[in-house]
Amino acid sequence: MTNFLNEYLPNVVNLGWSGDSGWGTAIVQTLYMTFWPAIFGGLLGVVFGIALVVAKPDGILPNKFWFGFCDKVVSLFRAVPFIILLAVIAPFTQLIVGTQIGTTAAIVPLSLGVFPFYARQVQVALESVDSGKVEAAQALGATNTDIIVDVYLREARAELIRVSTVTLISLVGLTAMAGAIGAGGLGNTAIAYGYNRFNNDITIVATLLVLLLVLIIQLVGDGLAKKFNHQAR
Amino acid sequence: MADIIKLENIEVSFQQKGRTVTAVKNVNLNVEQGDIFGIVGYSGAGKSTLVRTINLLQKPTAGKITVAGTTLFADHKQQVTPKELQAKRRNIGMIFQHFNLLNETTVADNVMFALRHSPLSDQEIETKALKLLDLVGLKDKANFYPVQLSGGEQQRVAIARALANDPEILISDEATSALDPRNTNQILDLLKDLNQKLGLTIVLITHEMDAVKRVANKIAVMQHGEIIEQGSLRDVYLRPKAELSRQFVGGSLAAIETLKAFNLGKLGTDQGLFQVVFSAANLTKSIILDLYRELGLDVSMLYGNIEVLGNEPVGTMFILVKGNDDQLASVPAFLGDKDVEVTRIDERGIWND
Repeated sequence: MTNFLNEYLPNVVNLGWSGDSGWGTAIVQTLYMTFWPAIFGGLLGVVFGIALVVAKPDGILPNKFWFGFCDKVVSLFRAVPFIILLAVIAPFTQLIVGTQIGTTAAIVPLSLGVFPFYARQVQVALESVDSGKVEAAQALGATNTDIIVDVYLREARAELIRVSTVTLISLVGLTAMAGAIGAGGLGNTAIAYGYNRFNNDITIVATLLVLLLVLIIQLVGDGLAKKFNHQAR
Repeated sequence: MADIIKLENIEVSFQQKGRTVTAVKNVNLNVEQGDIFGIVGYSGAGKSTLVRTINLLQKPTAGKITVAGTTLFADHKQQVTPKELQAKRRNIGMIFQHFNLLNETTVADNVMFALRHSPLSDQEIETKALKLLDLVGLKDKANFYPVQLSGGEQQRVAIARALANDPEILISDEATSALDPRNTNQILDLLKDLNQKLGLTIVLITHEMDAVKRVANKIAVMQHGEIIEQGSLRDVYLRPKAELSRQFVGGSLAAIETLKAFNLGKLGTDQGLFQVVFSAANLTKSIILDLYRELGLDVSMLYGNIEVLGNEPVGTMFILVKGNDDQLASVPAFLGDKDVEVTRIDERGIWND
């Protein structure tokens, strides 16, 4: 086994497991940069997604100002290419986490990069809930909180899991770019140690690891979505 | 009986692409406690929009809405706070064409959802939900998900949910329109039963005249956002005044078609055409023979039919009577004494009082 690796993937073995350039480090960095932005960006996305649905003109709490505000913020952040977003919000990142570079610094732009995408996905998922169900809940005297939690969020549960899966996968994609601000991760390994140094074996192995991560996310997401779906479709 | 729902001069209009579309125009409607009030009309007549104003799911542009003594809407604005409206809505159950159940929770949870803000304890809420499901005949399906039930069963769950807070009023918005005939009748019978057992006031909108005929005691006919006719089921059904009511309600539609087929042309001066309506109590009376024996009139029967309105069989007959003017004029009074409703109509089947 070791002989095989030494012979065919010498550069992969040379990087080692731990240490700044090690595989283990890169994997942990990628997971770290996926996890926290998923939490922060996810929360922001859900909040904005809900706001966009309830505050729309025929929503349960129509509000021109907040609808317009959320809509513009989401559109604006979606329009900025991520690699530029990384650089442009550096001062803000400094303010929040005290540094502009490194894995932790990447959490801020990653969260802000993923949330508008997720917000739109959540918006679409919630809008897939039949307006008749919302109306029925209103006719029963349900409060707006009841409607958001028990009608919108619960009825769209399977759809929300599906869009979360898609978002998480695209977030893994974004982490690859975070190498630009020294955040490390598998993407950085593929580019900096693989591509830039003509070590094709490193590029391939890093890519396979990213694909494996995506595959796991997809399988878990599909499984959960299936489990939580009681709709006739 | 007191009016439990009072709609005064209701108007609903929408802005659509810069144009104002008026869906409901100047509607006045009084529903008394214990009524089953049918509102019929073709799709797009404004029925749904109108009944949605009762619980303010649709805010009217103008008019006054009073439900069970509380003024909900007047002077172009809502007269109750959102909290009060939520409480009030729990007194007005509503069921829909597409059931609108929550698919991600069980049948029992759907009913309990309606009881979320009731003062009962969790234990009592569960007991009550099961009792309601028992009432609609679905106790054994409490832990099923809605998609596992048939359409008729889903509508029963929706009824149980609508009744959870012991409302005085139930609004049925085309609730049987998506069901097959057998399920439709079962649901209608259930509504009628609830009306009698619980004294529930029901407002039923539908485009199916048969549904109204089966359960309603009062009826309103809508066209282009206006109520063109309203009254007791029997009156509107048997003697519709407006042209649309005649087409739509159609109690005599079949008869009129038949008359047309006879191609009577102009009636002779010694001939009169009468519609005779009799209820179950008069079924055994020999009306035609009496006309001959006592008034010496020649009577031929052109059309006869028996319908069931509510639970009461009502017979309709069209007779052609031969006699002089005085004799013909005496027919309504003569039959009226026998508790039979008589209307003289012209050869086109148009009422001619």
